[in-house]
Amino acid sequence: MKIGSAILIVGMILLMFPNAKRMMKESPEAEKGDWEGFLIPIALVAAFVLLLMNLI
Amino acid sequence: MQGNTVSTQVEAKILATNKLIRNTYMLLAMTLIFSAVTATLSVFLRLPPMTYLLSLGGAIVLMWFVLPRTANSTSGIGVVFGITGLLGLGLGPLLSMYLSLPNGPQIVATALGGTGVIFFALSGYALTTRRNFNFMGGFLATGFLVVLAASLVNIFLGIPAFSLAISATVVMLMSGFLLYETSQMVHGGQDNYVLATVGLYMTIFNLFVSLLHLLGFASND
Repeated sequence: MKIGSAILIVGMILLMFPNAKRMMKESPEAEKGDWEGFLIPIALVAAFVLLLMNLI
Repeated sequence: MQGNTVSTQVEAKILATNKLIRNTYMLLAMTLIFSAVTATLSVFLRLPPMTYLLSLGGAIVLMWFVLPRTANSTSGIGVVFGITGLLGLGLGPLLSMYLSLPNGPQIVATALGGTGVIFFALSGYALTTRRNFNFMGGFLATGFLVVLAASLVNIFLGIPAFSLAISATVVMLMSGFLLYETSQMVHGGQDNYVLATVGLYMTIFNLFVSLLHLLGFASND
């Protein structure tokens, strides 16, 4: 099972690498305020997950 | 005359975007129902844990080698159902494991509900805000590769805290992917609803599995 999982992950890394490289090259530059617009909802998700973990 | 042409082009673009979003969410809803059926079947048949690995492998092969060739034809829809059906089937042994815990049904239901809330909230935000999240592509792709490498290391190390940190990171990354993929439909970058559906489905799948892991840990079982 461990070897199978490792082979699967290595395969995924190899398949994803060219795509990831292309995405890194082609991604447009962030404009002012873009990162805030991304980080605020992600922080809210983190808070929500923590809430769920406390409720369970 | 020129103004009319520009206005017609803008209208055509808006119509195309609306059509893409509608088709993507319709196909996504159908594939989620289909994978719920295959997951239920897998739980009832008590398929062995190896099913998860084999189904994931099969889905990856379909996703990388078959889907790109069929995404622009109607057979692409069949491939999407093949991928999501396989992933649902693979989820069965994992769900069986969690359901056998003392408060297993509560963990699974909370993970499902949590995934739904995160999906609707972030999709709604990305669809209604004027922000374009296409700039995050490189960051998210790199983050996902790092998480894969960390998971590979932890297969052999087997450190529970590390595994938990990986799941928490995956939840954050998938939330980012939800914003990115939805933004790509709205602001351009994705004009194929078959590919958009597979991207969103994989994000939801990873989000659900990671939430399941985190909640399973939090319940002390």
